Amino acid sequence: MPEPTATTTATSGTTTSGTTTTGTGPALAPGSPPPSGQLTRPVEREFTIKERSQLRQATRRFLRHRAAVVSLGVLIAMALFAFVGPLVWTHDYRFLNGPSNAKPNIHYPMGTDNLGHDVMAQVMRGTQQSIKVALLIAVLATVAGSIWGVVAGFLRGWVDSGLMRLADLILTIPGLALAAAIARSQARHASSGWWIIGIILGSLSAPYVARVVRGMVLSLREREYIEASRALGATNGRIMSRHLIPNAFAVVIVNATLLVAAGILGETALSFFGFGIQAPDTSLGLLVSAGQGAVFTRPWLFYFPGLFIIVFALSVNFVGDGLRDALDPQQTRQRR
Amino acid sequence: MFVFILRRVLISIPVLIGSTILVFIIGKLLGDPLQDLRLRNPPVPAATIRAEEHRLWLDRPLPEQYLLWLKGLVLHGNFGPSVNPTDSIGGELGSHMWVTMRLVLAAVFIALVLAVVTGVLSAVRQYSPFDYTTTFFGFLFFSMPIFWFAALLKAGGIWYNQHVNPATFFTIGDRSVDAQLPNHAWWTTTSDIIGHLVLPTIALGLAGYASWTRFTRASLLEVLDSDYVRLARAKGLSSRRVLVKHALRNALIPLTTVTALDIAALFGGAIITESVFQWRGMGALFQQSLIQYDVYLLMAWLLVTATIVIVFNLVADLLYGVLDPRIRHA
Repeated sequence: MPEPTATTTATSGTTTSGTTTTGTGPALAPGSPPPSGQLTRPVEREFTIKERSQLRQATRRFLRHRAAVVSLGVLIAMALFAFVGPLVWTHDYRFLNGPSNAKPNIHYPMGTDNLGHDVMAQVMRGTQQSIKVALLIAVLATVAGSIWGVVAGFLRGWVDSGLMRLADLILTIPGLALAAAIARSQARHASSGWWIIGIILGSLSAPYVARVVRGMVLSLREREYIEASRALGATNGRIMSRHLIPNAFAVVIVNATLLVAAGILGETALSFFGFGIQAPDTSLGLLVSAGQGAVFTRPWLFYFPGLFIIVFALSVNFVGDGLRDALDPQQTRQRR
Repeated sequence: MFVFILRRVLISIPVLIGSTILVFIIGKLLGDPLQDLRLRNPPVPAATIRAEEHRLWLDRPLPEQYLLWLKGLVLHGNFGPSVNPTDSIGGELGSHMWVTMRLVLAAVFIALVLAVVTGVLSAVRQYSPFDYTTTFFGFLFFSMPIFWFAALLKAGGIWYNQHVNPATFFTIGDRSVDAQLPNHAWWTTTSDIIGHLVLPTIALGLAGYASWTRFTRASLLEVLDSDYVRLARAKGLSSRRVLVKHALRNALIPLTTVTALDIAALFGGAIITESVFQWRGMGALFQQSLIQYDVYLLMAWLLVTATIVIVFNLVADLLYGVLDPRIRHA
């Protein structure tokens, strides 16, 4: 079945917010100013426009979201800084060979702490650990939560209510408290590596994903376009691959992106609180915790790790917003 | 209406029972409460350890421990034995809970009011400078780690006290020690408590504010785009009347559910905020339970927060029914 071709005729006169062109119109950019070349074409020509692949449409829409594109660049730069930086940079985050409490200078761009750690090397390592944990949280929660939600939504009945009550139950307890208690229980058995923190926070985020996915499965199977394509004689496999998965995929991917931002905030909060990543290693949360008493005396200890968390989370949120526009245009009807 | 309330209340009972099981499992996972005693050097006599094991019910099978704990809880309101023999867990929780509730409620109230006001304004003036500014700050606050902002606020308060006007902000503790107060009249203590609340409330409220204002904006924009609002406009109602009478109510009803779902996260944030501002609230108690492996204190803590969250959800559910007749009669 070909892509539903847009039959939009930019008549948004009566609406208040000036947008009626919702839909996945591949030919017309929703919200582009009416007197552009494309729109003044004869209507018949619209149907002869070459079909664009979903991926290319999505890329086009993503690239139009300027904040998201800039944020993606920032994220790539941060990832390079965190993963390639330590290989190139002269100082090691563990070494105490710097002067103590040096202000940021050419040798120590982010200064040093009282023991002579190079703060930039620490921030590199901290960013690396925090990014790894955040990604693990997002991947684990998305995979586990999707399976959880799909099983509940497909099987329905008592399996569904059992699984969803379990999700409700987990969500009634503050995630941070649960994570801290479980991390503490693991502290004696294994050295709290970054992946343990990731697994704990990821499992505790899975119920959120499960709720979203289940709701989506339940609503998607009742949609008219599914019914329509079934009426046209499409097989179950075709419905799944052409309609269910692309539609569900978009929301899951956007959700996973936002989970990365939530993940880094969760990990840093847990480490700040003292139950996350532990001392010989470091994380951005641990660095803020160490620097919190020095906001005015040695501000570089406090601001650099904090700003890295904010910039990272903010960029991920913007990218998530851009992905939502790109993959799921119906959700952002109110945007231009 | 009565049936509706009754049904909702009954639904939350199994959730409560389920949470006692979950909480018990988490508590037992935490570890052996006597591990410090066992490792002590010189060694503690075996008889003492056995007596402690007996006091903490460790010499019984797990299901029996659970039933004992549940029986004490339901029949006597007793949360079980603490690692510190002189502590009563119920008493500790009772005194610490209100400190935290004060913070959470103040943060929810202020964040909600501000979120609705700015969310409505930015939806009504979509794409205005005001809208862009609040959207940007919404994103920013949403991405800001609460502990970092709390530490920044605390340092800012200290700086202001030192350089501009001494003793403007309270930066440590949930209230002053009695000896520091000039007298013990109720207004002195109340204003003292409110003074201590200011900075932590801002820190805690920020994250809630960010997500609620974005929700309000999105929800109101969707309603303003709907057919019945267009009809209301078409038949000549003033835009103010359309907004107040038709749009706002429908747009804001879902906010009750969203707020209730965020309460658990706010408790998590409250633990962090309290630790930054060195409050003696639930956060300190929680930390103590983990550090001392005080299993029953942890269970009690988790159970009390879970119950508070369940109650909040119940209230939101009921409120939703009151506000939206379709739910009530469904």
